[in-house]
Amino acid sequence: MKRSSKLAWATWFLAVLLLVVIFAGFFAPYSYDTQDRDHPYARPSRVHWVDGQGKWHIRPFVFATKNREGSFTEYQEDPSQTYPLRLFVAGEPYKVLGLFRGHTHLFGVPVPGRIFLLGADGFGRDQFSRVLYGGQVSLFAGVLAAVFSAAAGLFLGMVAGMFGRPLDDVIMRVGEIFIALPWLYLLISVRAFLPLQMSAVAAFTLVVMVIGLVGWGRPARLVRGIVLSARERNFVLAARGFGAGKFYLMRRHILPAALGVVLTQMALLVPLFMMAEVTLSYLGLGVGEPFPSWGSMLANAQQFHVISSYWWMLLPGLAPAPVFLACHALADVFQERLKTAV
Amino acid sequence: MPQTIKRTALCALAGLALSAAFCTPAVGQDDILRPPAEAGRLGGRLVVAQSSEPKTLNPVTALDQPSRDVIRRLTADLVHIERDTQKTVPALAKSWTATRDGKSLTVQLRRGLRFSDGAPFDADDVVFSYKLYLDEKIHSPQRDLLIVAGQPMRVEKLGPYTVRFSFAAPYAVAERVFDSVAILPRHLLEKDYQEDRIAKVWTLATSPDRIAGLGPFRLKQVVPGERIVLERNPYYWRKDAKGQKLPYLDELVFLTVPSRDAQVARFQAGETQAISPLSAENFAALEPEQQARHYKLFDVGPGMEYNFLLFNLNAGLESKLPAVARRQKWFLDPRFRQAVSAAVDRAALLRLVYRNRGAPLVTNVTGGNKLWINAALKPTEHSEAAARKLLQAAGFSWNRDGGLLDASGQAVEFSILVSSSNVQRSQMATLIQDDLKKLGMNVHVVGLEFRSMVDRVVQSHDYETAVMGLGSGDADPNSDINFLLSSGQSHLWRLDEKQPATPWEAEIDKLMQQQLITVNYRQRKKLYDRVQEIMAAETPVVFLASPNILAGASQDLGNVRPAIIDNYILWNADELFWHTPTGKH
Repeated sequence: MKRSSKLAWATWFLAVLLLVVIFAGFFAPYSYDTQDRDHPYARPSRVHWVDGQGKWHIRPFVFATKNREGSFTEYQEDPSQTYPLRLFVAGEPYKVLGLFRGHTHLFGVPVPGRIFLLGADGFGRDQFSRVLYGGQVSLFAGVLAAVFSAAAGLFLGMVAGMFGRPLDDVIMRVGEIFIALPWLYLLISVRAFLPLQMSAVAAFTLVVMVIGLVGWGRPARLVRGIVLSARERNFVLAARGFGAGKFYLMRRHILPAALGVVLTQMALLVPLFMMAEVTLSYLGLGVGEPFPSWGSMLANAQQFHVISSYWWMLLPGLAPAPVFLACHALADVFQERLKTAV
Repeated sequence: MPQTIKRTALCALAGLALSAAFCTPAVGQDDILRPPAEAGRLGGRLVVAQSSEPKTLNPVTALDQPSRDVIRRLTADLVHIERDTQKTVPALAKSWTATRDGKSLTVQLRRGLRFSDGAPFDADDVVFSYKLYLDEKIHSPQRDLLIVAGQPMRVEKLGPYTVRFSFAAPYAVAERVFDSVAILPRHLLEKDYQEDRIAKVWTLATSPDRIAGLGPFRLKQVVPGERIVLERNPYYWRKDAKGQKLPYLDELVFLTVPSRDAQVARFQAGETQAISPLSAENFAALEPEQQARHYKLFDVGPGMEYNFLLFNLNAGLESKLPAVARRQKWFLDPRFRQAVSAAVDRAALLRLVYRNRGAPLVTNVTGGNKLWINAALKPTEHSEAAARKLLQAAGFSWNRDGGLLDASGQAVEFSILVSSSNVQRSQMATLIQDDLKKLGMNVHVVGLEFRSMVDRVVQSHDYETAVMGLGSGDADPNSDINFLLSSGQSHLWRLDEKQPATPWEAEIDKLMQQQLITVNYRQRKKLYDRVQEIMAAETPVVFLASPNILAGASQDLGNVRPAIIDNYILWNADELFWHTPTGKH
């Protein structure tokens, strides 16, 4: 694939995904915590065009479902009751970015009908809606932690490279300690000591910040390397010869050189930190119920009965894959650009 | 291991020990050694999984469940409580006679028995064993239950096969105390005891020929972190109706498989041939393949585990934890707790968490406990309207958005702690959260690693509410005495109480003390009924549900009779046998 088209699709994909995730309330037919206790582990709904009498409909619809006799999680369709799929329907209220209220959803079926595009979980909550809402946590965690880590890395790496010993030694040794830290244990203990009164989202944001701050070691080392090599370049030496100060040099010559590296690093760090969130949630230590994240949704797949009986519960595990691919594509493009720039 | 805080061996046994006199009204007991239900065939090996490796093989110090599961297959007790009937049966003791005053018990031992290393067994071994359990320096968990009226029981040898146990106070059902107190080989351990090393003997690193017991199996091999292999004890003393020596199995293997789900997968693949306990969901997942994969599943009915929503009612939090204390004001009002109880939809909880393989709870006494449950208590009705009425009466009100406010106008918001690795309790917390949302309460579910959670509940008291579970070791009221007594170690809602904080807690204390020394079942039941009545009325915790005991075993395995007290499947390991011992087991 050509570099420009790679950049284009990766950027578009991420932009569209972010938009969908931010406006999850609109795109999702239900709220993330709406339980339908009569439909635990419901299969993905089948969308029909032909009804029980063999008649075609222009508007697609779903059938009502009810429990199969003697079973808790097996359902059968009742062709006598149909619920047409409609666009821009009024439904449960939601908030976008915690500010704007809305109650129009992109699609839905009239109550008491239910549409589960990706099936339902053990509480009868719509998996599709939860994947969209879960993206808010997972993507936000990845991006936020990457920004923290890259910013801290950039600053400390530049200081270390520019000011040399002994500051360099101190920063780099501390950085190495942070790289060597078993971050999972650190996070588990941080989570255990947080005050309970903190809301789930606030607690989670804090944990994400800790993930990000702990990860500054690697970008700092890279930035320091760039600074060290850039410092000795002819144009930098020339600028210095003309009397440029350290801060001027950093801002004017070294920062632009380091920025490409930092951007590449960030594109790589986002998936890494998303994985950290997924891992933490997988262990049940992420953002608390009922708020979903891709990791906490996937955590269900740890259970034997889920893997063996409800394949749709594994779908949230696929959600991060395209994001990772897009991020890595971006990182490739940045790196290529960096090479040509140098 | 589902993270039920198991009371130590001590209180489980205490329950058994003091269990009702109605079972054995006679003063003496003759040898009625019951043969296995079905005479089996020799041979084969049975593989089962354990959640963790036993910490020790030393019966004097063992506390954890995996250790006790292995040790009980290696050793025997004087008198045994059969897990399925819960009656006492003679084991190493052939018979026993109590004096009329109930202060002493003379035990006749079986003659001609040998330890698994071939050394003969006699009264000296019994006296030696009890000396160890009673030694203050060793801190054996069994010690407390061998103390009656503040005095340790006295154990004397009257003859080579006769031992007398004397107590400071009448102790009508004393023989129940002998259950699960393993008799140890004096010839192997006396030197270690004299040299003060008894707590350090019989670890997993000990050579199998240094370990001997009177149980159906003896140790063959330990592969650290992987498995423990037991082999048939050729000197075991039980026989079947045909005179065949038990056990039937050649080998019993305990595999260490930490995750429950991995245990289920191994069972389904046939790598292990018995499993218990099973979650209802895994039971349902295994059910369709029963015939194809040649296993059988058992639903034994409600067990002794009770799950509940715990409120932090601990005293003295104002200065230490002001944020918790602020919320505690609500929990201290019984009407608030009752409202929460009424709001919880137990029927949905049973259906979604236990697939209806469980029973709703009103108190700590589960439906499985048919002898002691107070049948007059009605199940808590799920009613949002009743909950709202209770809250209103307690001074709560609702704002325009439906949020619940207390009398001072503060929004009602609190957290529920739950062990993140316990799937069922996490599900309960999520359901409760949703139920309470309808009342306008803003509840956060906080999943913590099990030990962090227990630390908060037991040590720092830094929590608001928590979903927890306890498992009684026995059906007897005494097995829950630590939970009910205000001074009890698992009186979780208000720990470390010097004095009962409320009149009703004082009344429970009195009733529980009284039933301890009451011998007559009817009178005791009356006292315990009243305790349940108080617990239901005051709702110190919101009792939720109790799961059924579910188990599975290979169809080819004979004499499988799962019990509701652990070990659910292996309690009669000496009777288990393969119909086709040469089969692929």
